[in-house]
Amino acid sequence: MKRIDHHIQLLHEQYLVSLQKEKRFVRFIQLLIFFIFFLLWEIASKQQWIDPLLFSSPSNIWELFIAKLADGSLLSHIGVTLFETLLGFFLGTLLGTMLAAALWWFPRLSKVADPYLVVLNAMPKVALGPILIVALGPGFTSIIAMGAIISIIITTIVVYTTFKGVDTNYIKVLKTFGANRWQCFIEAVLPASFPTIISTLKVNVGLSWVGVIVGEFLVSKQGLGYMIIYGFQVFNFTLVLLSLLLIAAFATVMYQVVSYMEKKLIKNR
Amino acid sequence: MINVGENQMNFLVIDHVSHTYFTRQSAVTALENISFMIQEGEFVSFLGPSGCGKTTLLSIIAALIKPTEGTVLLEGSKIDSMNPSVGYMLQQDYLFPWKTIEENISLGLKIMGIDTNEAKQKALNLLSEIGLKGVEKYYPHQLSGGMRQRAALVRTLATNPKILLLDEPFSALDYQTKLKLEELVWKTLKDYHKTALLVTHDIGEAIAMSDRIFLFAARPGKLVHTFIIPEELRSLSPLAARQHPRFSELFQSIWKELDQLETD
Repeated sequence: MKRIDHHIQLLHEQYLVSLQKEKRFVRFIQLLIFFIFFLLWEIASKQQWIDPLLFSSPSNIWELFIAKLADGSLLSHIGVTLFETLLGFFLGTLLGTMLAAALWWFPRLSKVADPYLVVLNAMPKVALGPILIVALGPGFTSIIAMGAIISIIITTIVVYTTFKGVDTNYIKVLKTFGANRWQCFIEAVLPASFPTIISTLKVNVGLSWVGVIVGEFLVSKQGLGYMIIYGFQVFNFTLVLLSLLLIAAFATVMYQVVSYMEKKLIKNR
Repeated sequence: MINVGENQMNFLVIDHVSHTYFTRQSAVTALENISFMIQEGEFVSFLGPSGCGKTTLLSIIAALIKPTEGTVLLEGSKIDSMNPSVGYMLQQDYLFPWKTIEENISLGLKIMGIDTNEAKQKALNLLSEIGLKGVEKYYPHQLSGGMRQRAALVRTLATNPKILLLDEPFSALDYQTKLKLEELVWKTLKDYHKTALLVTHDIGEAIAMSDRIFLFAARPGKLVHTFIIPEELRSLSPLAARQHPRFSELFQSIWKELDQLETD
């Protein structure tokens, strides 16, 4: 008996080691691709295989990054964009969920609103940019509105569909205790929809970045979007690429934070 | 004496209840002119083919839906959806997966606004009485099907309902768990002197647990026959009742009646 136990334990350890190995190998390949990409970029640029004016090079971008960090301008641009994106993201998700709750609460409202939701969802929201800027002024208010408006309708539609799809038996259980509509919502409908709300958050992260960057293009005062449009106008593509890389990095971090939240919040299901 | 007897008989009164569901295509009558009375502490089973409106009837008694016609009286007064005095147990446990067992069993107390420490403690005591001590902080997915259904029973009993409605609560369980749970529920209900209505497809279960069995015909749902379980079976627990010679005798006669209904 003991020998068999020992043998199984040994096999289990081997299994764990092989899992670990696989994980390390994948990480290694991922890092390798990362380095090769930047290395090739650098070489191609230095050897003039690609136009250095257009594609710049990692070393030039790095130098610009250090210089802009030193004079403090970069941090303020990053700060502005992050602030706008986070706020737009939260507003979009919150308002979208609240709209979904209103539709759930008033079934007749949802019947009436249905075709309008379809139209609003189909319309490209960034096209509203100029109107927003005129209405709210060329500042961060209209940029945040862009970041929010781009995700509101899709959040409303997805979350409302989830609200409606909640197993009616949970509501039945609550109603046998005499629950009112609010109690049904807060005890069953909302918590049961939590996983979906979180996964719409993941989509909204990307959407808010789109809204905010386009907003900054239009307002053209500050932020990473402004850096792109400014770099484009003075033909400084090192600046454009620096902004792009920063946007990619921060968007990834935001996405990872939401993923982490998702894991924490729905671990008991 | 006669008066007391009458009052007891009138614990739950179903008076000429009919119910019709309306859809765009048709109007389906689920229940037609149902009348019966149930006395306090009685255990009654509803037996019948699918589509005989058993679940509709339970929903009406639970005040979840309003019957198209007729009235339901519990202890002489009309049932009220906002102040429920019935406990409802569904086919599956429907414990809320995001709540711990402790939170789940005090859910009814919370909804009714009577979640005092004393009431919660009572629910916890009931939980350990029913053999689930030590799982208070667990989540439902960490328990087996039988344990979950037991926790659901505690949730239903915690609000101290006057009458229990059991809508095939054992049908999703494996046979052995089902027998054990029948025994446990029967004993618990007798201990607390609860009135109960059980909807089931299982003739054996109905005989083993009930005092009376109502046989329903389908389309439209009608009460066609009442079987009174003989005293010697009634006093036995479900498992013991299944061993009794009268059990299979009764089983045969109900089987024949049901078979007749389905071929008609």
